[in-house]
Amino acid sequence: MSVDKDTVRRIARLARLAMPETRLEPMAGELNGIFQWVEMLNEVDVEGVPAMTSVVAQKLKWRADVVTDGGVADALMQNAPEREETFFVVPKVVE
Amino acid sequence: MSDPISMTLAEARDALKAKKISSTELTTALVRSVEQSRGLNAFVTETPDRAMAMAAASDARLAKGEGGALEGLPLAIKDLFCTKGVKTTAGSRILGNFVPPYESTVTQNLWNAGAVMLGKTNMDEFAMGSSNETSAAGPVFNPWRAKNSNANLVPGGSSGGSAAAVAGDLCLAATGTDTGGSIRQPAAVTGTVGLKPTYGRCSRFGIVAFASSLDQAGPMTKTVRDAAIMLGSMASVDAKDSTSVDVPVPDYEKLLEGGIKGLKVGIPKEYRIDGVPADIGGLWDKGAAWLKAQGAEIVEVSLPHTKYALPTYYIVAPAEASSNLARYDGVRFGHRTSSSIHDITDLYEKSRAEGFGAEVQRRILIGTYVLSAGYYDAYYARAQKLRTLIKRDFDKAFESCDVLLTPATPGPAFGVGEKTSDPVSMYLNDVFTVTVNLAGLPGLSVPAGLTDNGLPLGLQLIGKAFDEGTVLRAGLAIEQAADFRHKPANWWRSA
Repeated sequence: MSVDKDTVRRIARLARLAMPETRLEPMAGELNGIFQWVEMLNEVDVEGVPAMTSVVAQKLKWRADVVTDGGVADALMQNAPEREETFFVVPKVVE
Repeated sequence: MSDPISMTLAEARDALKAKKISSTELTTALVRSVEQSRGLNAFVTETPDRAMAMAAASDARLAKGEGGALEGLPLAIKDLFCTKGVKTTAGSRILGNFVPPYESTVTQNLWNAGAVMLGKTNMDEFAMGSSNETSAAGPVFNPWRAKNSNANLVPGGSSGGSAAAVAGDLCLAATGTDTGGSIRQPAAVTGTVGLKPTYGRCSRFGIVAFASSLDQAGPMTKTVRDAAIMLGSMASVDAKDSTSVDVPVPDYEKLLEGGIKGLKVGIPKEYRIDGVPADIGGLWDKGAAWLKAQGAEIVEVSLPHTKYALPTYYIVAPAEASSNLARYDGVRFGHRTSSSIHDITDLYEKSRAEGFGAEVQRRILIGTYVLSAGYYDAYYARAQKLRTLIKRDFDKAFESCDVLLTPATPGPAFGVGEKTSDPVSMYLNDVFTVTVNLAGLPGLSVPAGLTDNGLPLGLQLIGKAFDEGTVLRAGLAIEQAADFRHKPANWWRSA
């Protein structure tokens, strides 16, 4: 499999990364270098091997479904690039 | 008494207890050392006022005969750990002004034990790199230089600032994080000790996430004993991290005792790879001989899937990173574009393109691609199966041994700019360390010798899950046999 310019444009869009037209071709080259190297994984027979889901065998912990924290809206807003009161300001999303 | 800045944690702890020095004196000396060493670019944020205040509080506790395990000991913190009220950048422009409203569990544990914070250390952006050259704050220089050379070398990465700070006596010890080798590789190339604990041993809460199934925090220190002391305070089970494991934290320093007589040390034959310099192979053989001389039994073991570990990692880690880094949207925190935008998607795309550096963008793209429709099974699902096979290799090997001995890196520190143009050659720095993250095991890098041109090299010990005690004990045996007392020449210090 080889990554071309259009594929880079498509995945950059999926990843929400603005990418100038001039960067698409070089990036395709860089990604292909990496994917060619990764191709060696195809030599391995993985038939019947379960995919790893957790590296440490442990049951997911449960806890009571109760509020443990909160009421800190102002602290959480301190890093907002643009805010009004406790609202994040974004460009208009609904016409 | 030796110069306070060159003390080990254990020495400083004992000197504080014996009232031979105060934390204020110790901290003053280290704050000065940090200021004199700005040429290394090891710190991105210095917190001298906080350090002095914490030291004074420690002195008050020590005067009353109180105090925790790290009371009054000045540490440096990798800038990946969120520190309440102190800027935390993860080496990225996108978090350039981020001041966390909360504290990471690991750093909170350290402060609870009495430690003093000197500041935040430089690192590869989002911990993605093996040379500290992807940092938005610029490269860190290794305190070590080759014999008769003035060329600047990298300190390894991604915890390059922490490694340089420990090696150059800018702190007594530092925190690091390790996703594919980011504690052990910089430790090895700076002549310091680095321990990546078992996955789940330290809480990940408040550590800026890179690849959540691989990330783990650990100590970077001057000695193996110090790593044992510091891990004891860093480790905990934490309700804020559901992957932290509820296993009691032993007294690691106590577990150093007892020697290694009868210990079975495995030598994985697949780690003899082509293209690795002769010094590394020679040092590895020497390490095995040292352990044997102290009563260990050396056995050959096989980890057949070793060569697939790095490519597996370069699917799994970017996949998780692309998901974790989706949170940087220019809306809630972090960098937001100031150029003109026409809609919300445009805001996301421009903020992210401006905020992330080249390596981070490359990995986000790899991760997005391997998780995208039509490619998921071919890449991501296959890599997760390979991960199972790599883990099984270790399970099998540990049926016939207690600990594994391997080289830590394929070479010594390299020159600034030497490998930045070829991603794959940069990735190969982690060839000996990355398997350990994929299998979730503890790994320790210990300085073991110098190359012909005077640069440090490390050996790695790999243990069974939650058996840091054995890893540290074997590490101590290597440390004692190697008797590594070399220090870098003091070229960088300003008056």
